[in-house]
Amino acid sequence: MFRSLLFIPGNNPSMLQNADVFLTDAVIFDLEDAVSIKEKHNARNLVKNYLQTSTVLPKQVVLRVNSVDSIYFGEDIKLLKTKKIDYLLIPKMNKETMHKVDIVLNDFERKNNLEQIKLIALIETAQGINEIDYFAENKRLSALFLGGEDLANDLEIKRTDSNNEIHYARSRVIFSAVANGIIPIDTPYTDINNVEGLRKDSEQAKELGMKAKASIHPNQLEIINEVFSPSMDEIDWARDIVRLSKENSDIGVFQYKGKMIDKPIIEKAEKIINKAKQFGIM
Amino acid sequence: MINGAKRYIPDDMCAFISSKNHLNKERKLIERKQKQLNTVFLDSLSDVFDILNIDSNMVLSFHHHLRNGDKVIQLVAEEIRKRELKNLHLAPSSIFPSYTNLVNLIKNGNITNIHTNYLNGEVAKVISQGYLKGKLIMNTHGGRARLIESGDLGIDVAFIACPVVDKYGNGSGAVGKSACGTLGYAISDLEYAKKVVLITDTVVDKLDNYQLDGQFVDYVLTVDSIGDSSGIVSGTTQITNDPIGLKIAKDCANLLDFLGLIKNGFSMQTGAGKTSLAVVKYVEEIMKKNNVVGEFASGGITKAYVDLLEQGLFKKLYDVQCFDLDAVQSFQKNKNHLAMSASEYGNPFEDNPICNKLDFVILGATEIDLDFNVNVTTDSLGNLIGGSGGHADIAYGADVTIIISPLIKSRIPIIKEEVMTVTTPGSDVDILITERGISINPKRLDLRQKLKDSSFPIFDIKELFDLSHKITGVPKKIINNKEIIGFVEYRDGTYLDCIYKVNHGF
Repeated sequence: MFRSLLFIPGNNPSMLQNADVFLTDAVIFDLEDAVSIKEKHNARNLVKNYLQTSTVLPKQVVLRVNSVDSIYFGEDIKLLKTKKIDYLLIPKMNKETMHKVDIVLNDFERKNNLEQIKLIALIETAQGINEIDYFAENKRLSALFLGGEDLANDLEIKRTDSNNEIHYARSRVIFSAVANGIIPIDTPYTDINNVEGLRKDSEQAKELGMKAKASIHPNQLEIINEVFSPSMDEIDWARDIVRLSKENSDIGVFQYKGKMIDKPIIEKAEKIINKAKQFGIM
Repeated sequence: MINGAKRYIPDDMCAFISSKNHLNKERKLIERKQKQLNTVFLDSLSDVFDILNIDSNMVLSFHHHLRNGDKVIQLVAEEIRKRELKNLHLAPSSIFPSYTNLVNLIKNGNITNIHTNYLNGEVAKVISQGYLKGKLIMNTHGGRARLIESGDLGIDVAFIACPVVDKYGNGSGAVGKSACGTLGYAISDLEYAKKVVLITDTVVDKLDNYQLDGQFVDYVLTVDSIGDSSGIVSGTTQITNDPIGLKIAKDCANLLDFLGLIKNGFSMQTGAGKTSLAVVKYVEEIMKKNNVVGEFASGGITKAYVDLLEQGLFKKLYDVQCFDLDAVQSFQKNKNHLAMSASEYGNPFEDNPICNKLDFVILGATEIDLDFNVNVTTDSLGNLIGGSGGHADIAYGADVTIIISPLIKSRIPIIKEEVMTVTTPGSDVDILITERGISINPKRLDLRQKLKDSSFPIFDIKELFDLSHKITGVPKKIINNKEIIGFVEYRDGTYLDCIYKVNHGF
């Protein structure tokens, strides 16, 4: 379960050293876009050493690997042998990529006697959006992650504060993720000094149905966590509903502050309580 | 012998006992200097040296309000070189990297002893390497005032850089082309030096408000420029953008709030570093949220505090030195932005110095040890890189002293079994806040009790020490060179620690 994910470039030792300190639900160690071609080898080595030797790791570790079609992918996935990686983030996901990754990982797992590797799909092309329902049901997937910047590049459009240009893509990611019981993750907000912009962007994504948001700077995490966490009012409400549902277990339906409470509402309340516990809010 | 901070001090030295030991002593005061009937204006430094018979073996003092833009100490140093004076004892309140003229004077034996509160740059480097033939004594701001007023350090001539002087010899730092704000560190020198020379680049007919009283001034030397303004206001005004620094700052503000220290009428002081400024920002947010008005903030003053004064969040600022231009301007125009002398600020023998009225202070550390002793004087290899300034004064005076620091700086753990140099005794340090946890000094049972059931990540300092070693590995032990080059003098005049020649072959 995530609210926030933080990108850390794989070739930045000081960020790696503090990766466990940041208030994020998962750290994404990036071997792809944040790392130049000259640095690919160094970054991979640095992340490998960090995972092997560090005694204080982030709560969840995600590794963004290079494209399955690149010469780096085979080396990147060898870091799975550290058994410290919770998810691989697969860039430019589409139907064909999912298929190729599945084949490579099946083979890798078999040869290295590893359990099934969980994936997060980074959807950042028009093709990826169009084919989303074909790969979202893959059992390896734990989340769908919208990459808004690359998608805008693919569409040859500008990113704007209104987010109108990614409204359709956000909706596709959300519907497909929720339909498959996995987490929709929103694209990062790239203006790292614009606190109000980040809040607005996060609230907009949450209203649509996003359950988490990625960040490109640790200073963004507090707002993201706040927006994507249940509020104290929601938690108080959920506590009341769960308590009353237990007290009224024989009748199934009951009233709370003049409103009818039935099974879907009780399930919603239980999800809120579950989230609050997971995120350490209660 | 081993002193009260568990540090070795030579047997013939007056060893530190405890930070409260001054309470058992009487204040020692020499006569203030005689009132001058006429202040003499001169325009040649050479004439000043001739008239005052400045010669070898004398004690000359300076203040550091012009910071890295100071030209006065450089001018005087050049005159010392020309005259080939020897064995001088210098007592600048601080030494900045721009004071490069001192380097060869130290190497050549023109300057052989130094008292100061802080030093950095090339001068610090050559002293660390053992070039100072006598001793370096590092004291605190309040301790320096005590040292001078007691006559324990008799100053032959005080050279006081002064941005504006009137025809009566009164001086101020508030205006002039080299305005630097308050001149708090110069007051003891003004009142107790045998001879006082104000050095200025601006003379006016009459000052209505002045901090330096002409009755103590013997000579005024006018020069083209006493300072480079870009170096004078060199303090940072930007809060940190470093996520680790921001986390520490936020945790600190939240802890202060939880402890109930941000309440109506409270008082505080912080350093002027970027993380300290972030603490001020978060404290400001809490003050606004809870409609709190503080009594005062003190110290070196920055824009962050000026903003709080102007918003009515503090009633007063007590300012011993202005760190930036906003503070200088506020000092000029705001009657609640008050100057204080170093003695009023931190002299242990003042009746009620400002430092004793502080509810809490936020300070930094180069190192801290398992006894909570703090080092801000040397780095982990023993190179001189700073000094107490007011660190030990306010750590003693404040009800709660908090050290904020990353647990690991440039891959070096900040918690040591023993710090390289004790600047501030651990008995005066209450809380350490790092990005990976908070530690409370075991002697503060009251704070431990209050925080017992809180959600703050509280650890024993040994646990944080062990955690840092898990991350970095155990650092190689640095062995001191045995040659003592100076001492850390506690504010009461006792010796807290030795400073050793840096050991490059450790």
